[in-house]
Amino acid sequence: MITEAPRIVTARLDHEDSYTLDRYLATGGYEGLRAALARPTAEVRAEVDKASLLGRGGAGFPAGRKWSMLRPADITYLVINGDESEPATFKDHLLVERDPHQVVEGTIIAAYALGVAQAFIFCRGEFALGLERLTQAVNEAYAHGALGADVFGSGWSLDLVVHPGAGAYICGEETALLESLEGKRGFPRIKPPYFPAAIGLYGAPTVVNNIETVSNLPWIIRNGGEAFAALGQGSSTGTRLFALSGRVERPGWYELEMSKVTFDDLINHPSLGGGVKGGKALKAFIPGGVSAPWFGPEHLSLGLDQDAVGKAGSMLGSGSVVVMDETTCVVRAAWRITRFFHRESCGQCTPCREGSGWLEKILRRLEEGDGREADLDLLMDACDNIAPGVSWPPQQTTICVLGPSIPSSIASGIRMFRDEFLLHVKEGGCPMRGAR
Amino acid sequence: MGRLTPENLERARAIVALYPERRSALIPLCHLAQSQEGWLSPEAMEDVAVLCGVTPAEVRGTASFYDMLHTEPVGRHVVAVCTNIACLLAGAYELIEHAEKHLGVSVGQTTEDGEFTLEEAECLAGCDIAPCVQVNHRFFGPLDGPGFESLTAELRAGRLAELVPRHGVLCRVERNVSLPARDAASPGSPAAAGEENR
Repeated sequence: MITEAPRIVTARLDHEDSYTLDRYLATGGYEGLRAALARPTAEVRAEVDKASLLGRGGAGFPAGRKWSMLRPADITYLVINGDESEPATFKDHLLVERDPHQVVEGTIIAAYALGVAQAFIFCRGEFALGLERLTQAVNEAYAHGALGADVFGSGWSLDLVVHPGAGAYICGEETALLESLEGKRGFPRIKPPYFPAAIGLYGAPTVVNNIETVSNLPWIIRNGGEAFAALGQGSSTGTRLFALSGRVERPGWYELEMSKVTFDDLINHPSLGGGVKGGKALKAFIPGGVSAPWFGPEHLSLGLDQDAVGKAGSMLGSGSVVVMDETTCVVRAAWRITRFFHRESCGQCTPCREGSGWLEKILRRLEEGDGREADLDLLMDACDNIAPGVSWPPQQTTICVLGPSIPSSIASGIRMFRDEFLLHVKEGGCPMRGAR
Repeated sequence: MGRLTPENLERARAIVALYPERRSALIPLCHLAQSQEGWLSPEAMEDVAVLCGVTPAEVRGTASFYDMLHTEPVGRHVVAVCTNIACLLAGAYELIEHAEKHLGVSVGQTTEDGEFTLEEAECLAGCDIAPCVQVNHRFFGPLDGPGFESLTAELRAGRLAELVPRHGVLCRVERNVSLPARDAASPGSPAAAGEENR
């Protein structure tokens, strides 16, 4: 069901100049921060708790709970994760380019709530325009009094630094991101500690929040946590920015009320995805980034709801939905996704580093006509070595979750389309070749 | 050539000053060094090492981990064609085959005139304009074969110079403030008011 929910993080985006300070101030900009500064930090944290805001980076961890885990210390840090690299995800890209002041204001509110004096926005390096817009916004925020010593005369001070990444998917993993921010290779850190809130940047307690997560904060402070929690249902509160791509008429971003809007609405409604491209039949769709197991047409009626999608055996993840139609070769799709993981594996853990390469090779030979029937079992066996049981959520064998995410697409592909995999063996190559 | 210019050395010192520990400036400084010649020369990496307090080998070892940092020379335009899932579904492999033919190079190679280096990219977060291409990290898409040809013609003719700076130039907006909060904070009360009412 399409609802009349307000657009929270994309409210300004119909304006050509949505990224400018003038437009931002004319549309309620920095009022959330002023309202926050007028209240004790505990009240600001309580407001975010009331909103039940789930982290928008992919794991869906409650933001308020993450904040509550920050270990008290003399020096603490806030780092905003804008290293968006999950394939088919482009929401943070949108937010840093088109509403950078909202990102900055959200960051300042979070920093105030946490009592942090130094914050960083880690922005994916490939977002050159986003880096320019964020840097401009930070310069303007300082000049406006929203950053620096004595923010808006409150007596509280904050410095904010925009930090460019340099191209590595793994740096979206929060401990790898911190390593990268320390000037090192993006190697995820061994757990425990499970959360940087205990030991983070330079060993100091650190909260890492996603760009979209903090972009919600100005609205939550202005309108109250209850107003936010009144949207959506269950644990999936508020609205969420969905990125729709693949074989669909109207790929793009859509901010939708969580839980109430369904995948069917998102993909097929004329005002949203507009249906499968060229009126073709839907074959499968990925509900939340390529780390998520695939869904078939029978899952279209599911709501865009974190718990419901989890219960159905996948995840809402990063909020990116990829549509595959009847012309899509699932072996090729699984191969390309696996190739991505192989290229992006940091190489620390054997199951991920070696397993991803094995899987890619086997899928490639299936697609190119050199496969054999036993390859299907071999694929599942290799998947089982990376994530024992190939269940959902996957069993962990590695330092971070990249490796155990690899089997998702392959296992889905084989479970849903075993015949198509076998046809590749029988016909000595891809039966879909030239279908488009 | 190779060394950081005096202007960039000054910029580099300002960047180092933004971080509690100077090694954190390593990647921003690699970007800065790369903006000089489009790639990271050994001499530039030595300068970055001195500024960050690490060895040149540590700079190279770190830089080589990241896709955007090039330790070998590249063309004036690094053309990165995304072939990940959303772009694949929109014909990215057909596009990259066309690009190889049109430019006369394979993925990873540079044209003889030094204009173009062709790369196959992982998802660039431009899935709404699939198949998408980045030229020196500026977005173009959706592109088909003819679109790719006219884009490279425009680039070759220098007509997109304003939109697409030379390779390595990432953020053309410079930070214009130091860290006033840190400057203002008196020792012993780093978090100021924020900590008091926790």
